[in-house]
Amino acid sequence: MKKAIMINKDDNVATVLKSVKKGETIAVISTDNKVIKNIEAVKEIAAGHKIAVNSINKGETVIKYGESIGTATDRIDQGTHVHVHNVRSKVKYGD
Amino acid sequence: MHFNGYKREHGPAGIRNHVIVLPTIGCINELASEIASKVKGAVPLLHNHACIRLGPDLSRARKTLVGIGINPNIHSVLLVGIGCESITAEELAEEILPYKRVEAVTIKKEGDYNSALEKGVAVLRKLVRISSEVERKKCDIADLTVGIKCGGSGSVSAIASNPATGQAADLLVEKGGRVIFSETAELIGAEHVLAGRAIDKTVREKLLNCVDHMKREIADYGVDILGSEPTKGNIAGGLTTIEEKSLGAIIKGGNSPLVGVLEYGEKPSSPGLYFMDGTTQASQLFLGMFAAGAQIQVFSFGGGLPARFRGLPSYPSGIPVFPVIKVLGNPEDVEEREYFDIYAGDIISGEVSVKEVGESIFNEFIKVASGKMTVTESRTGYQELLQIYANGLLM
Repeated sequence: MKKAIMINKDDNVATVLKSVKKGETIAVISTDNKVIKNIEAVKEIAAGHKIAVNSINKGETVIKYGESIGTATDRIDQGTHVHVHNVRSKVKYGD
Repeated sequence: MHFNGYKREHGPAGIRNHVIVLPTIGCINELASEIASKVKGAVPLLHNHACIRLGPDLSRARKTLVGIGINPNIHSVLLVGIGCESITAEELAEEILPYKRVEAVTIKKEGDYNSALEKGVAVLRKLVRISSEVERKKCDIADLTVGIKCGGSGSVSAIASNPATGQAADLLVEKGGRVIFSETAELIGAEHVLAGRAIDKTVREKLLNCVDHMKREIADYGVDILGSEPTKGNIAGGLTTIEEKSLGAIIKGGNSPLVGVLEYGEKPSSPGLYFMDGTTQASQLFLGMFAAGAQIQVFSFGGGLPARFRGLPSYPSGIPVFPVIKVLGNPEDVEEREYFDIYAGDIISGEVSVKEVGESIFNEFIKVASGKMTVTESRTGYQELLQIYANGLLM
């Protein structure tokens, strides 16, 4: 089974280590290689890209490394590709 | 722990023993290049400084040129000047002299190009012959300063090449060495994590100020940084936002406490991990680290197209006196591994641990410091001008 690595236990996304096809089941693993859960890819996802480990509501924080990497701009279902089409940076520039 | 390096009378040991020909200004690059071409082993360090720089950019150029001259990898310096430039050979010589042997030839003093060429070649031959008598000796590993940058970043950078590089950085800090990492734009969104490791309030505030300043500049510029941070290549590699890129990028510095924040080209004053306020552009940044006294650079590579055109890692060969250890992280680019010094891609497949690769990078520090050629050092041909960083008004 192909793997996706979840870096921190609080993360709601994991990084897919090899490209996966639509409908493929993926083992979500921790950094010490333990299987956390199995999820199904909703669509194909390229190697190095992120998959939603849980469902994320619109406006909710996307978490990787246990830290915010942005806001979900749409509802993101479990198993969905998480990238620039559904996440926006939270960084504010200026006052 | 030790390496076999070149002891210097003033300051830490070098890992190379180069005699350099350093022009005071880009206008005189041709003469510097011609002088060096007639002397075996001499290295011309041609650069982009011009009289168009003002204020802080001018003072940064001066500090950088002096920093290049006094770097431990340099045995001695031949300055090549004109006589009418904003930073003169005499001024630079005065600042380099307390550290090492420095000579100067200028058009003004010699009268014309050909006389300056003849004099330069004669002086340089003498320096090169003197340098050839220096032998490698046992030096303390605490003498080493390593500059770290990442490139070709994708999601796997934070899983393979960056954590392994960070592990090596931690090992060097543990042994009393110095590590410098940088790229202020790639702290945005992760600054709180690194600030949490600052040794005191002053360091913490200085770090946060660097990021605030950059964010204000971005706001004043009125642009969206997406497409530059993260780059299109980063996005193709799976990175979505600047926060995600930054959180992955800071891993390359390891987990040591942050003991200081440096300006471009500023020397770290004591052992430990430092952040240099600087650009993400490789050749400009590495020059700042070299001017700060680093003897080795590490280029922690993710992968993707930048790993494949082989040219990007030749940016650092623009500083041929500053060996670069290149680390490749992405197994999708495994066929490029011969162009890298260390392959970290097996971490992704679970065949080796981050710790094991980190230890091989650290061992490579010692080997390269003791004279082992890096992949980039073994290449000849294309060489860039050194790029001294400028961020202000240029005339």
